Amino acid sequence: MSQELAPAAPPSTQATAVDAAADRQSRIVGLVQRSAALIVLAIALLVGSVMYSQFAEVSNFRNILESRFSLGLIAVGMTFVIISGGIDLSVGSVMAVSAVLTAWSATNYGSVAAVVVPLAVCAVIGLVNGLLIARGRLAPFIVTLATLLGARGLALKITDEGTTKQLVPDDAWVLNLGRADVAGLPVPILFAVAAFLVGFVVLNRTRFGQSVFAVGGSEDAANLMGLPVRRIKVWVYVASAFLAGVAGMLVAARAGTGEVTLGQGIELQAIAAVVIGGTLLTGGSGGLGGTAAGVVLLGVISNLINLSDLPNTYYQGLVSGLFLLVVVVAQTLLARKKRT
Amino acid sequence: MDEPTVVIDVRQVSKRFLGVVALDQVSLQLRAGEVHALIGENGAGKSTLIKLITGVYQADDGEVVYLGNPVRFAQPRDAQAAGISTIYQEINLIPQVSVARNLFLGREPTGRGGLIDLPRMNREATEVVKRYGVDVDVRRPLRELATGIQQMVAIARAVESDAKVVIMDEPTSSLEPREVDQLFAVIDQLRQRGVAVLYVSHKLAEVFRICDRVTVLRDGRRVHTGPVKDMTRLSLIATMLGRDVADVSAHGTTSFSEEHDLGDRAPVLRASGLTRAHLLHGVAVDVRPGEVVGLAGLLGSGRSETAKAIFGAQPLDAGEVHVDGKQLHLGRPAAAIEAGVALLPEDRKAEGIIPGLSVRENIALAALPRMSRGGFVAQKQIDGVVDTFMKRLRIKASSPDQKVGELSGGNQQKVLLARLLCLNPKVLILDEPTRGIDVGAKAEVQALIDELAGNGLAVLLISSELSEVVEGSDSVVVLRDGAALGTLRGKDISEDRIMGMIAEAASDTRTAHA
Amino acid sequence: MTTTVADPAEVVRPPAPRREVAKAWVRDRGVYVALGLLVLYNVATSEGFLSRANINLNLIQVAVTLIVSLGMAMVIGTEGIDLSVGATMAIAAVLMPDYMGYGLPVAILVAVAAGAVVGLINGLLIAVVGVQPIVATLIMLVTGRAMANVYSNGQLTEIFDPALRTLGTGSTLGVPNTALVALLLTAVVGVVVRRTTFGRRLVAIGGNLEASTLAGLPVRRTLITVYVVSGLLAAIAGVLYTARTGAANPGQIGDLIELAAITAVVVGGTPLSGGRVRILATVAGALLLQIVFATLTRNNVDAGYARIFQAAIIVGAVYLQRDRTAS
Repeated sequence: MSQELAPAAPPSTQATAVDAAADRQSRIVGLVQRSAALIVLAIALLVGSVMYSQFAEVSNFRNILESRFSLGLIAVGMTFVIISGGIDLSVGSVMAVSAVLTAWSATNYGSVAAVVVPLAVCAVIGLVNGLLIARGRLAPFIVTLATLLGARGLALKITDEGTTKQLVPDDAWVLNLGRADVAGLPVPILFAVAAFLVGFVVLNRTRFGQSVFAVGGSEDAANLMGLPVRRIKVWVYVASAFLAGVAGMLVAARAGTGEVTLGQGIELQAIAAVVIGGTLLTGGSGGLGGTAAGVVLLGVISNLINLSDLPNTYYQGLVSGLFLLVVVVAQTLLARKKRT
Repeated sequence: MDEPTVVIDVRQVSKRFLGVVALDQVSLQLRAGEVHALIGENGAGKSTLIKLITGVYQADDGEVVYLGNPVRFAQPRDAQAAGISTIYQEINLIPQVSVARNLFLGREPTGRGGLIDLPRMNREATEVVKRYGVDVDVRRPLRELATGIQQMVAIARAVESDAKVVIMDEPTSSLEPREVDQLFAVIDQLRQRGVAVLYVSHKLAEVFRICDRVTVLRDGRRVHTGPVKDMTRLSLIATMLGRDVADVSAHGTTSFSEEHDLGDRAPVLRASGLTRAHLLHGVAVDVRPGEVVGLAGLLGSGRSETAKAIFGAQPLDAGEVHVDGKQLHLGRPAAAIEAGVALLPEDRKAEGIIPGLSVRENIALAALPRMSRGGFVAQKQIDGVVDTFMKRLRIKASSPDQKVGELSGGNQQKVLLARLLCLNPKVLILDEPTRGIDVGAKAEVQALIDELAGNGLAVLLISSELSEVVEGSDSVVVLRDGAALGTLRGKDISEDRIMGMIAEAASDTRTAHA
Repeated sequence: MTTTVADPAEVVRPPAPRREVAKAWVRDRGVYVALGLLVLYNVATSEGFLSRANINLNLIQVAVTLIVSLGMAMVIGTEGIDLSVGATMAIAAVLMPDYMGYGLPVAILVAVAAGAVVGLINGLLIAVVGVQPIVATLIMLVTGRAMANVYSNGQLTEIFDPALRTLGTGSTLGVPNTALVALLLTAVVGVVVRRTTFGRRLVAIGGNLEASTLAGLPVRRTLITVYVVSGLLAAIAGVLYTARTGAANPGQIGDLIELAAITAVVVGGTPLSGGRVRILATVAGALLLQIVFATLTRNNVDAGYARIFQAAIIVGAVYLQRDRTAS
């Protein structure tokens, strides 16, 4: 008989030892990925409280949140986009369009228009993004990079190249959306919190949300499984632009005017918040809990930079850029370690 | 007796891709309560036909009538909504997502406020997969499970959707004998419920075991439809190949000759202890000059992983590879090539050809360092080599400048073989060398493998067609779940022995795995 | 088998349908036709268009974009993207004033070396760590610009140096020096892409990364080199821009140039899906964009619309080039 039996121990026992070790490693890595934002946030809070006496005051935390509500709104949309396997670079420009339109509409047509017009226009921009990506099968980054440019152009046009500054009339109720408090909290923060809560339920407890994961996990498989892939992708970009629109509208309502330059670089901060929160840029996995922690973390870090007295204002960009660099490298390396 | 209801009536459909005819006026009637086999050689048009029915492609001519109405599904979603569900050979599920979610994606049970009822979903998922002999925590991500179990989940998903038609495309390529039994029991139930099953397979034994009628495709045309019981194994093969029964029984189905005379040469390739969590568990393979060693096993058994591990393209936790007695630096394909190892990858499109580049550039790609001076390409030298190999392998292209993406599958495969051969290798690893190429090219490739081994090359041959491994190899290493079960030599090599070893090992370890 | 009739699948594919041929023609030659038509339109409607002064002005303006586009063409050829080119220009620019004391050559060398370093970081992030090109270079875009601003305190610094001024605004044999530099670099990149093994590799990697890895190509090294070259070229563009304006301006230099460069490359017929580098067509693409904007400016189209128009050109060009290798 020339059948040789495998010489080593039965494969099953060997297998289970190696496999179990790999599974353990994967679980630990997964845990680190998911909770990284919370861990770093805890460290940052600790460092802040020890180093600066004014850091731990309630008013300071209120400031941190108030300075990051627009980032929060945008990060909710960005989380959906990234889980679906895409990216939206146009959010900053869309936010600027919204802010400019809010001021323009409030001046010319009143408060209702100041809410409806910008949100409608932003949803349409999102629709254009979504259709070009889902129907036209173009790469998300190039489409949203083009709309970044186009939307900024639109904002320039509305303000006559930034020369005309529309002011929201002092008696317009839309100002309350930006300035009023409800239950002790500023309305914009409530908007951001609501976006996170609604987003969380939609993502985890609806068919749409589950489909977003599927599309990002494997678009071909999702298509063959009979999911409405194109429709899902379109809605994801509409949601992202709409939320950017809400953010811009609230900023304008707060400031009483819309700035053309609003939102530059916010796409990178939103991506940062999402990635720190454990959502992989490759799509198919992630969640909003981590994103929320990521947004607060970015707020705390920039607050700490403000409290320290670095010589010029450009350090803000440098530090958040380097921070994102570290996070992305760490997440990428971790994802490679997690290898099933 | 009543005329059985025709569920799907495919009427003379044709499909062309960039001018090449893939399907030529093919008709097919699928009746309620029948299991209908669809068979044919690679490239005969089976997949194209399925994709036309399920809305992945749209027919150029002809029509598909479903339940008496002409239909034209624009996307798979429409076909599924109409009650046609499909199981693919390559598992089409979402790897990152849990078993339960994969099972219910798009039709999750909802509770209050239209929200998904997670506890109910997980409970029902557990019950469903149990019926298919799968006993796992349904909250685990799909990718953590063995390929066979993933396939059973895919089958469960397709069958549980209350479909009127279930299409199965090579559903058993990753299933072990016990799981195949489970699947066939499910198919029997479907038949009793009056569901129409279209069963695509190249395993004829399965066709005889489970199917009622059979349709044979050859070169994009339908050449036969009739009851399975009217056919013999030999007559089916002859119909598939378009040859006489006598000719097939005399020469077999492949173009391999007899065993190679090896003398007592020492192995040129020695791989041992190849280990990677979840993929490979201490696989060892030796290949001598002039020998063809086959790697047999189911889809997901670690065949391709073994090949890539030897070549340095699969990260390993442990393992050694020696070529000509010298240890290979693992993890670097360039080092393997330098040592004389060449790999023909499994997936020609994704891992082999560079479609936008010319035949010339594709052939010269790997040998570029040897055909350049000071970083500049030695064009004359390349032209000479390319010309030689295009003639030797009879590569049909309008010129060396034609883009590889425009060639037929068989010629693309020959271009890749030429790429390997101009490296002048000692060891040739061929992963599915004849997959997706037409009958003529297949015979040529098989003859070439024989010739190369005859010239003293060591060949490691992988094929999902068991007959190819059995007839082409001098010895066969049988793999299961990433472990080598043993080696068969000479006269001991047969399809039955291989499947027997896999079934035996499965029953031994089943308890340990569950 | 005794018959000699070829198997249908064996026959070389017949020519593609006419519509496909037309589409391919537009993709490959459309840029030259569009450029030709636009030049004709300008010749017909604008008297001064063919004047030496106007031609030189356009050449000077296009030189910077073109040089950046050359690097971008190679990066896109590997199925990558480099969004950090503008920031690289800024870094190169702000370094120059501080090193002018050692002489112009040293200042240029430092600036260009800094560009190479930025490219090296991009390349390491992408090829070794495995970060997607968009993300890696987007991070460098923001971080790099911030670095330039931090270094210079966001201040514009004027440089008074005759040699630099000659480089930026002078001409040789009637051709602007910056245009000559661009021409020289175009020639070098063209030869590298067409004639060297490096050039073959980068196209192969863009055409099919997995296949290139399995063919034993030095994928990492090639990718890193491509991003370093892109950084180098961006830095040279930064030097030329600084030379032309006589000042290092960290906030403004190279703003949105990544979009202009991507557009030039894609308009020139290179798909974003990689596997192809077309240098001459990229030159035509850069020229086309330059004349489009010159024409818009001449007709007093305002900046807002000009941007929307550019966005439309990008989307249109990408749409035309998509899926060309898929079959």
